Amino acid sequence: MTTILPRKDVVIVGLGWTGAILAHELTEGGLDVVAIERGPWRDTATDFNIGYAQDELRYGIRRDLFLQPAVEAMTMRNSTSQTALPMRDYGSFLPGNGVGGAGVHWNGHTWRFWDSDFQIADHLRDRYGAGRIQDLQLQNWGVTGAEMEKSFDRFEYLAGISGKAGNISGQIQEGGNPFEDPRARDYPLPPMQMTYAPTLFAEVTRSLNLHPFPTPSANLSKDYINPLGIAMGQCTMCGFCERFGCANYSKSSAQTTILPVLMKKKNFEVRTDSEVLHVDLDASKKHARGVTYVNTSGEEFFQPADMVLLCAYGLHNVRLMMLSGIGQIYDPNTGEGTIGRNYCYQTNAGAQVFFDDKNFNPFIAAGALGQTVDDYNGDAFDHGPLDFVGGAGINCIPSNGRPIQTRPTPPGTPRWGSDWKKATVKSYKSTLGFSSQGSSYPTRGNYLDLDPTYTDRFGRPLLRFTFDFPDNDIRMSNWVSDRMEDIAKAFGGRQYTNTRRKKGWDSVPYQSTHNTGGAIMGTDPKTSAVNKYLQSWDVANVFVIGASAFAHNAGKNPTGTVGALAFHAADVIRQQYLRNPGQPLVSA
Amino acid sequence: MSRIVFSLTLAATTLSAGLAFAQAPDQADEIIRGRYQAILGDCAACHTAPGAKPLSGGLPLETPFGQIIPPNITPDKASGIGNWTEADFRSALKNGIGHDGKRLYPAMPYPAYTKMTDKDVGNLWSYLRTVDPVFNPVESNQLPFPFNIRLSMMGWNMLNFTPGEFRPDPSKSAEWNRGAYIVQGPGHCGTCHSPKTALGADETSEALQGGSLQGWYAPNITGNSYIGIGSWSEDEIVQYLKTGTNGHTIASGPMAEAIQASTSLMADEDVKAIATYLKSTEGGPAQKPQPIPASDARMKVGAAIYHDTCSACHGGDGKGASQLFPALAGSSIVQQPSSETLMRLVLQGSQAVHTPQAKTTPAMPSLGWRLSDEQVAAVLTYVRNSWGNAAPSVGASDIGVQR
Repeated sequence: MTTILPRKDVVIVGLGWTGAILAHELTEGGLDVVAIERGPWRDTATDFNIGYAQDELRYGIRRDLFLQPAVEAMTMRNSTSQTALPMRDYGSFLPGNGVGGAGVHWNGHTWRFWDSDFQIADHLRDRYGAGRIQDLQLQNWGVTGAEMEKSFDRFEYLAGISGKAGNISGQIQEGGNPFEDPRARDYPLPPMQMTYAPTLFAEVTRSLNLHPFPTPSANLSKDYINPLGIAMGQCTMCGFCERFGCANYSKSSAQTTILPVLMKKKNFEVRTDSEVLHVDLDASKKHARGVTYVNTSGEEFFQPADMVLLCAYGLHNVRLMMLSGIGQIYDPNTGEGTIGRNYCYQTNAGAQVFFDDKNFNPFIAAGALGQTVDDYNGDAFDHGPLDFVGGAGINCIPSNGRPIQTRPTPPGTPRWGSDWKKATVKSYKSTLGFSSQGSSYPTRGNYLDLDPTYTDRFGRPLLRFTFDFPDNDIRMSNWVSDRMEDIAKAFGGRQYTNTRRKKGWDSVPYQSTHNTGGAIMGTDPKTSAVNKYLQSWDVANVFVIGASAFAHNAGKNPTGTVGALAFHAADVIRQQYLRNPGQPLVSA
Repeated sequence: MSRIVFSLTLAATTLSAGLAFAQAPDQADEIIRGRYQAILGDCAACHTAPGAKPLSGGLPLETPFGQIIPPNITPDKASGIGNWTEADFRSALKNGIGHDGKRLYPAMPYPAYTKMTDKDVGNLWSYLRTVDPVFNPVESNQLPFPFNIRLSMMGWNMLNFTPGEFRPDPSKSAEWNRGAYIVQGPGHCGTCHSPKTALGADETSEALQGGSLQGWYAPNITGNSYIGIGSWSEDEIVQYLKTGTNGHTIASGPMAEAIQASTSLMADEDVKAIATYLKSTEGGPAQKPQPIPASDARMKVGAAIYHDTCSACHGGDGKGASQLFPALAGSSIVQQPSSETLMRLVLQGSQAVHTPQAKTTPAMPSLGWRLSDEQVAAVLTYVRNSWGNAAPSVGASDIGVQR
């Protein structure tokens, strides 16, 4: 039996970054909002207690904060010719669980995507001709960089991002990223104080005529009070960011930037440990009536609402749309359908330099404390003579020196025994790593849909990945790896490694939790799931907010753009949608 | 506004007895002023349980003599004070004797409210008549024999209670007198902040010099510059009472509740008057003792624990971070004679006050699961005797009592 609850203006699925931003904005607008969150309540002092928050075994290895496959698994294959099998454990990527979502356990790299990303299809076609991108399913996002500037700014000031502007209103700023789009003002906080490894990386790359700059960081360089009046503390560089909640109020998250205000509001409520099963549509399938969710005792509830905002992790947004019958599921054979289309990932590679005479003290670290070079990212360089599009940021961000997993050893070292121990002792402090974070461009054959065989504990089909690194992206990554080899040599260390990206995506080793697309924004309802305001083309009172909206993935971490899209959607809901609720904001 | 109210009260006293204020022409004003009296007196702190209807009865109060449950003071006839007359109410507040001659226990701070003017009490009564009546029977008296015999309060009152209205000191400013009136009267600050006699009465000779209640130690709030608020400027006191944070400390525990429901809602000039008065009061040792030397074994252990467990937030230098982590260096709270509050914070943790000006509500995590009694004692001894602080050491046996 399903208990029918009193109506709300808005129901939000998931209370992470986007859910919290939308909840705050819409409650400010006077709406009555309930958020339904699958995982538990989490707060700093009670859940990220300073006495155990830095427990690498519990959080880093056993992944205490993450979604477990018993709650929801996913299946994967590399191509349609294979049969997908369930991932028995999350490895390649780690979705969050609980209030704060993946925004609890992130490292804190906070980027803006560029105008050349938002208008990628037009931009690349104009510059290199249609032939260059014919194997890719590149699409414009429907917005411009200039249109998104204000929303990026709001997210950066909400989160107290520490960085150095490279381009303020067209004026290139010394020490910032000269390739970024114009921004209206600098970051709210100056860059973090650099440790030795990124300092050296900046010297070496500058000597190669590259343009290093401090990575924009959500680990705070100073104490800060955000526009909501919430205080955060200066980062202590403990090196426990990714996979951990911050015990010091020093890493931006929903907990540290929004919830202290949001939770006091009378027109806001969160129901935790409650899993939304699907969005309920009316008979026309054009209007959502609310959502059905289940609590931990298996009791079902129907929450009626005038608006439904899907603010879960991107992959879960996509699956919920499929399970609810919102829009048509993408079919790679016909190219028809939009839900599941343009799933993208991240194309990464890494290098290490081993020294005899240096001490990097790697345990003094923060998730986003480092230096980046964007000379080979996106379309910052001329691809004319090259055989690919896209690029990668090259990052020297030694985010931690945690004892279990930080065990760099040079090639040829035994995997165990006394020689391994000696090499570990020798290399721990004297090894510098840097990596490329490469773009991931969509192809017709990379997509998400529902698995025909495997189901979850409620009998609903699991999400199925069909994905491999496209040839274009492999060529891109290997070309960038050549550039990284030049950098590695220039360090003048004893020896270096340079691991190249190969085809054959493997879901076991950790690679990146930057899963994008599947419910992409765009200008055409035939090729996108949501319009430029994140509103479903098919069900006008449903908005789908998150990295699920990315029409491709750039060589950057997605959170900054996810946060900006949340403000972008919130603004249009408050300023336009509510004047004429239930109506499409863009006519198809 | 409040200064005008204060001067009017003197003229109004003689008229008030027996008069039905509900029929007075300025009743709306009275209700507004009465609601303000309820804020000054923080009635809700005791008489409203969390999540319950306003003033419909509170959570049990733990006293050294047993439990007392604050009664329902809504105008419900069956379970509240709907059958009371204004005279009953006045007698309860000013003499500790309620409806039908029932004697109140001084957990209800009538020894402070007796100082209130008749006008202020009358206004408060007018306001209480307008609160939504709630049926919620409360048996206040949960005390064991012999304390459950209300008549025993007659003897208590003879020993401990001096009825009588606040008398302004003509040699002081109007502001000082207003502050003294609020602190001693409706604000009943001494109910928490004054030490208690064996009979549970305020130790009037040591007024506002700190008291223990409900597992917290309410610190010395006299003008003493070592362990009182003497090192705070008036503006900093005002900021603390209005917002809960002032760069020196961040309120938590019962004071956080008092700030949220009472002081943050007081008129600016009243809070300033309180600051003026408190700054003028004296009490407690003026001289710091010699700090325990850093070479002391307990200090060495404490330093190691501090740097591992506490310094990430409170800083290696104990200076904390404004609005987020209270400073420990120079903190009078850290140096109180009793370390009850400090022990509680370390063992159980605590969350800071939420006010419109201080929204963050940062929290101190519980560390009781991690630190042994000896370790808590050592780290508190270290904190109380570092960076210029000086205070008695904390013993491991005290920690066990607090757990």
